[in-house]
Amino acid sequence: MFGITAYGAYIPRSRLSRTAIADANDWFDASLRGLAKGERSTCNWDEDTITMAVEAGQDCLSVLDADSVDTLYLASTTLPFLDRQNSVVVSQALNLGDRLRTMDVSASQRAATSALIAMLEAGHSDKRTAMLVASEHRRTRCGSRAEMLWGDGAAALGVGNENVIAEYLGSETYVNDFVDHYRGEDSTLDYEWEERWIRDEGYLKSVPQAASRLLEKVGVKAGDIAHFVLASDQAKTPLAVAKKLEIPAQAVVDNRIASMGVAGAAHPIVLLTAALETARPGELILLAGFGQGTDVVLFKATDQIGKRRPKTGFAGALERRRPDDNYNRFLSFNNLVERETGKRGELDKQSYLAAMYRRKDLLTAFIGGKCRECGTVQIPRDNYCVNPECGALDSQDDYPMSTIPGRVKTWTADRLTFDWNPPAYFGLVEFEGGGRLMMDFTEVEEGSIEAGVAVSLHFRIRQFDNQRGFRKYFWKATPSGQ
Amino acid sequence: MASGIKDKVVILGMGCSKFGERWDASPADLMVEAFEECIADAGIEKKDIEMGWFGAGIDAYNVGASALPLSLALRLSNIPVTKVENMCATGTEAFRGAVYAVASGACDIALALGVEKLKDVGYGGLPQRTRGVENDMFWPNLSAPGSFAQLASGYRAKHGLDKAELKRAMAHVSVKSHANGAKNPKAHLRREITEEQAINAPYIAEPIGLYDCCGVSDGSACAIVTTPEIARRLGKTDLVSVKALQLAVSNGDEASFSDWDGSYLKTTRIAAQRAYNEAGIRKPREEISMTEVHDCFSITELVTMEDLQLSDEGQAVRDVLNGDFDADGRIPCQIDGGLKCFGHPIGASGLRMIYENYLQFQGRAGDRQLSDPRLALNHNLGGFPHQNICSISIIGRYE
Repeated sequence: MFGITAYGAYIPRSRLSRTAIADANDWFDASLRGLAKGERSTCNWDEDTITMAVEAGQDCLSVLDADSVDTLYLASTTLPFLDRQNSVVVSQALNLGDRLRTMDVSASQRAATSALIAMLEAGHSDKRTAMLVASEHRRTRCGSRAEMLWGDGAAALGVGNENVIAEYLGSETYVNDFVDHYRGEDSTLDYEWEERWIRDEGYLKSVPQAASRLLEKVGVKAGDIAHFVLASDQAKTPLAVAKKLEIPAQAVVDNRIASMGVAGAAHPIVLLTAALETARPGELILLAGFGQGTDVVLFKATDQIGKRRPKTGFAGALERRRPDDNYNRFLSFNNLVERETGKRGELDKQSYLAAMYRRKDLLTAFIGGKCRECGTVQIPRDNYCVNPECGALDSQDDYPMSTIPGRVKTWTADRLTFDWNPPAYFGLVEFEGGGRLMMDFTEVEEGSIEAGVAVSLHFRIRQFDNQRGFRKYFWKATPSGQ
Repeated sequence: MASGIKDKVVILGMGCSKFGERWDASPADLMVEAFEECIADAGIEKKDIEMGWFGAGIDAYNVGASALPLSLALRLSNIPVTKVENMCATGTEAFRGAVYAVASGACDIALALGVEKLKDVGYGGLPQRTRGVENDMFWPNLSAPGSFAQLASGYRAKHGLDKAELKRAMAHVSVKSHANGAKNPKAHLRREITEEQAINAPYIAEPIGLYDCCGVSDGSACAIVTTPEIARRLGKTDLVSVKALQLAVSNGDEASFSDWDGSYLKTTRIAAQRAYNEAGIRKPREEISMTEVHDCFSITELVTMEDLQLSDEGQAVRDVLNGDFDADGRIPCQIDGGLKCFGHPIGASGLRMIYENYLQFQGRAGDRQLSDPRLALNHNLGGFPHQNICSISIIGRYE
C-alpha cells in the first residue's frame, strides 16, 4: 500500500479580529463590514513561510522517523528567498541530514497539490518517506478583501508505503491559463479580477473538469466521497462545486475562513490535515487544488487513520490561539507602514555569510556538543569541553537539541533594546540533560514567564537585514503551554 | 610565590572631570580636564611621566582605536602609551597597567587615564552595538538593563522573595545613591529621589525601572602613580597606596555549564577573595571602611553586597533596608553617588572610584567626608551576569 503516512499542521498563534480590520478601513470600503466575522491567523514578526514550514514539518515528524525521509518538497508562493533553496533551510532546521532530494515548488495556488502529485506519482519502493511541506504568508493591501479573508499557515505530509493512513487511489490535472489573479516578479502583492467571474468561469468549470476525469478513471462515484477539500476564499463556492459534481454537501471540508482565513498555496494541504483528522477507515477523500487549472487527488482512509496522530495536528494548531485586535501591529509586522524603529533599530545587520556558514549547525539545526570524555552537553559546541573537571579538546560529538525541553533560569522583558514587538523577552534556558543558553523568547504573553517555567524551542527569524534583503534565523524559546 | 601588589605603589595625584551630559565637551576636552587636575595635584611636570595606559570602553562612539587619542590630546612626549579595553572594567585596567609598570621597576612614574564620550550617540542608554560577527547571529539583543535585570529573577527564585519586597530594597539602593550624589559637585545626577518615585518609575527591563539605572555620562578620570619612596622624595605625606588589584573573567561556566542560578556574580566572589588575600584582609566587614561598587543597576549593587561577603547570603535585602550601606551605615557604599549618580562614563568609572577613595583618605571629600576611612574597596563588572569581567581594587592609607 502507498499513500499518506503522516501529517502535521501549524497555524500562527496570533488571530486578528476581522472587526478590527473593518473598524480601520470601512470608511473607505463599507462592504468590508459584511466580512467582519471571526478572525484570521497572522504571522508574528519573526515568522515567515520558512519558519511555519519548520513548525509543520516538526509536527509531522512527531509520528515519522526523520531518518526515513529522503525527499523534502516545499510548496509556497511566498518563499522568502527567490534564489537560495528554501527547502534546504527547512530540511536543515528539521535535521534531515545531507542526503535527500529537496525542491521548492511555487508560482501557483496549486503549487502544493502539484508537488504532492509529483511525489505520489514518483512512488516509493522501499521504506523511505517523502515529505511535502506547504506554507504561505501572503502580504495584502490595507483595506482589501484579501486582507480580511486570508490567513497564514502551513501543513506537512509524509508519503510512503509504511503505516499508510490514506491510500493513494489516483490523480488528475486539468491545465488552463485562467488568470483569476497574479503577482508579477516585481510585486509582493496580488492583483485580482472579479469574484463572480472567478466563480463561474473558474472554479465551477475547472474543478468539475478535473474531478470528473479522475472519478471516471478510478471508477468512483462522486456520491461516495466523504471529504471534499477545495480551498477558496469564496465561502460558498466549494459547496456550489460539490453540488455540480454531485458530491454530498456534508462532504465539503469547511475552509475555516471564520477561524484562520485562507492560507493560499498551503491551504489545500492545511484542509487535508483537517480532513485526515476526522476521516474514518474506508472513507474517500478528494483533494482539489485550483490555479491555472485544477489538480485533483483521491485517497482512501485506512484503518491506521486514527492511530497516527501528530503531536499538535490541525485542531491543536487552530486551538492554540492568541486573540489580537491590534490592526496597526498587523500592518507593522507585515511591513505595510513606514515604521519608527528608534535609533537602536538602525544598527547595521550585515550578514557575514562565511561566518554564518561556519555556524550553520548551531544557527539552523540547533546542534550542540556532547563530550565523549565526560558526557557534558554544551551549546554552542566549542573546542574545549566546558566542564572544568574535563576540559578535553575536540571531544564533542554533534548533539541535536531543538526538540529537547528546557526551563527558564533567568529572564527579563527588555523595553530599552530594539525589538519589532517590544518588550524583548529573553533569558537563560537550561535544557533537560544538560546545556544552557542565553536566548530570545517568543510568543510570550505577559505574566507567562517566570524562573522554572518549561519552554520548547522554535525556529524563528532572528533579524532582518533590510539594507541587503536578507534575513537570519535562529531558535527561540516559548513557554510550553503556548 | 608571588608577593602581590600591596603597598608597592602609591598615588601621586588624581583628577576627575565633571561627569554628565557634556554636550559641549569633546573626549579630548574631558581628558584635559581630568589630567590638568591630576598633574597639578601630583606636583610634577608632564615630561616626568614615563609611561601611559589609556582606557576607553566603546571605540565606535568615542575616541576611536589605539593609544593615539590620549597621546595627542595631552601632547605627551612620545612616551609608550597602551590602550586597554575590558568593558566596564576598562578604567581599572588602565590603572592596573600603570601600577604594574611602576611595581615592576620598568618606570618610576606612570599615568592611567580613562575617558568615555557617550552622549554623542543621539539616544538614551548605552549605544546599541555589535557583539561580534558570530555572537550577533544568536545572542538576544540584550541591553545592559536587560541583562542585569535577570539577576532579580534569579535572586527572587533562589530566595523565594516576592517582587514588591525586592523592588523596595532596590529602590532603597537608588534613594541612598541619589542622596549621596546630591552632595557631590562633580556628579551627573544631583537630585534626591523618594522610594515611591523609584518604585513607580516606568520599567526599562522588568523589574528594573528608570531609577534603578545608573547615569549614562561623559567623563574622564586620571591617576599618576609612583613608588612610596619617590612620592616621599617629592615631599608627599598622607600617602595612599594600592593594596590589591584583582580581575576575574568568566570562562563559560555560568553561561554554559554549572548550576549557577543567576542570583549572584561568580566572578565577583572569586575576585573578592583574591583581593582580600592580596591585601591581607581577613574580616572584610570590620576592615573595609567604604565601597564603590558597580551599581550599573540597583539589583547589581544589592547582590554584590553578598558577593563581597559584606552581607550574608540571602540577607542583602534586609541589610540594605536596614541602611547598612547608607552614608551613615555600617559600610557606606557609593558615598560619591556611585555609577548611579556620579555617572558611568565606562572607561573612566574604575578610576573615578579610586579618585573618591583618594579624596576620602586625604580628608578632601567635602560634604560627604567619612570619618577616618582606612580601606576602600572598588568593584567593576563588565559584560553580563552570565558572562563578565570583574575587577576589584583595594586602596588604603599607606602606613
